[in-house]
Amino acid sequence: MSAPELTEAPPVSAPATFPEPQREKGAVRSTIVRVVGSILLVAFALALLIPFAWMVLSSFKDSNEVFSVPVRWLPDTWHWEHYVDLWTKTDMATWLRNTIVLSTVVTFLQVLTGSFAAYGFAKVRFPGRDVLFLVYLATIAVPWQSYMIPQYIMLAQAHLTNTLLAIIVLQAFGAFGVFLMKQYFESIPEELSEAARIDGLNEYSIWARIMLPLSAPALASLALLTFVNTWNDYLGPLLYLRSKENWTVQLGLKNFVANNLDADYAMLFTGLTVSVIPIAIIFLLGQRFFVEGIATSGLKG
Amino acid sequence: MTSATADAIGSPPTPLKNRRSKLTLRNTMIGWSFILPNFIGFAIITLIPVITLFYVSLTDYNIFGKGDFIGFGNFEKLVSDPLFGRSVVNTFYYAVMHVPLTIAVSLGLALLLNTKLRGVAFFRTAAFFPYITSIVAIALVWNLLFSPDYGPINEFLRFIGIANPPGWLTSQEWAMPAIVIISTWRDMGYYMILFLAGLQTVPRELYEAARMDGTNALQRFWNVTLPGIRPTMFLVTVLLTIASFKIFDLIIVLSPGGTSAPNQATVVLSQFIYQKGFIESKFGYASAAAVVLFAICLGATVIQFFINKKRSA
Repeated sequence: MSAPELTEAPPVSAPATFPEPQREKGAVRSTIVRVVGSILLVAFALALLIPFAWMVLSSFKDSNEVFSVPVRWLPDTWHWEHYVDLWTKTDMATWLRNTIVLSTVVTFLQVLTGSFAAYGFAKVRFPGRDVLFLVYLATIAVPWQSYMIPQYIMLAQAHLTNTLLAIIVLQAFGAFGVFLMKQYFESIPEELSEAARIDGLNEYSIWARIMLPLSAPALASLALLTFVNTWNDYLGPLLYLRSKENWTVQLGLKNFVANNLDADYAMLFTGLTVSVIPIAIIFLLGQRFFVEGIATSGLKG
Repeated sequence: MTSATADAIGSPPTPLKNRRSKLTLRNTMIGWSFILPNFIGFAIITLIPVITLFYVSLTDYNIFGKGDFIGFGNFEKLVSDPLFGRSVVNTFYYAVMHVPLTIAVSLGLALLLNTKLRGVAFFRTAAFFPYITSIVAIALVWNLLFSPDYGPINEFLRFIGIANPPGWLTSQEWAMPAIVIISTWRDMGYYMILFLAGLQTVPRELYEAARMDGTNALQRFWNVTLPGIRPTMFLVTVLLTIASFKIFDLIIVLSPGGTSAPNQATVVLSQFIYQKGFIESKFGYASAAAVVLFAICLGATVIQFFINKKRSA
């Protein structure tokens, strides 16, 4: 329970009236806290990173070597050929293409319609607006699992099952985007829109030429979160994409193990590594936007 | 829109009123034109399914199309379905382990990262990464890490002297704890960020004042930090509870056997819905279970809302 100590500012130096030994005791204690804190930090960092390291290192191993006892972390010889075979021996290329198409289209639609609707909620005053927004908000708390069946029945009647379009409509019109963008738009001073109106801009131009450029950070958060979510989505594709040519990366990799019992695990790890790399790059480039998007939407939700 | 037109008809046509209602009408048109592109998709994909869920749950709708209205028949059947009972118990078992564990770990992490230790910035980034990694990758990698005979985790346990380490995902008792470990590992970075944001709202002066009063670190944690982050704690608890009750994708990737007898240690509510609806094509029956899930999530939110209100009053 030394952690609470760490939440505070560096210890204020004790008043000079304190006897000397007590000051020393405090200094020793703060060093102990510091060391324990650092050890905890390193332990957590290892726990976080080891699964990823194991995944990447295993992709370079020989298939039999993946489960050697005792565990060898580094491969005996580095098998780069998995990264070539992945494209010829599996349908990774098809899965990747489908996933990229889905993630891009969904992100584009979500950012466009989400920010457009958010402007209506944040900057246009009309009767019924707040009730409508409440409806949006309320559905965020409803778990998707509880309405996936009626949703499936509807999309099946529209003959959308087993098409990529099903995943697009499923993901592109979420309430989350509207919510995130509305929060941000409301922080932009009304005077800017007023000034633009006096200059003769209509509401659509204000959205396009004033609000959008000013809300670049929020747009980036929304775009990155949507892209990553769609990329990682497993359940949507599991329910809707039955035929192999429509599979996404997640569905393909999952079935890679399910379909052959003596699966080539080194190849599986290669596929997993390839599927995680784009997300890692996007995350490293835009981590600020991820954290801000999560923190603001979470805190005000 | 309706109120705008009613206004125009119902009131005497004074020029000012007229102009105002015209403005309202104009604003309504503009407002809806902004919202409509998103709203159409939202209504079809979310709103209508949520509403029709309740109707479908009262029918015997199946793969052959039209279902007949059967009242509460599905719910009566649920009560006596042992698999459903099992999945409700398992879902609560998961939530009872996962919610406190994740709160403890992510709050501990946030306290640790709210300091000036070296490497904090790097760690803040690293801790968040599992949360944006796909469930499939996480599940497959951890599944092999947890492998009873060849996995690194059990090898480590044997190394530190545990002769008979658990069978994890292959054992009845340890499958659910293993899933809790995996999902806590994945979620902690996300909730840590929420806690960090909350910790930054606690005024520095309060700590100074408490220190003046001669309190120790533990007392300051109980009497300053915890009350100070109560809104965050409330938010995290609600989010985590709902997320726990709807746990699905991790379990469905980790238990390929589905709901057959030897795998029932980890059958949860969402999986039951999936199994009955999409594997056995009993849409009506599955929807009844979905209504139960809906009610549990709603109930959890409402209860926590009132507890929080009572405490802060």
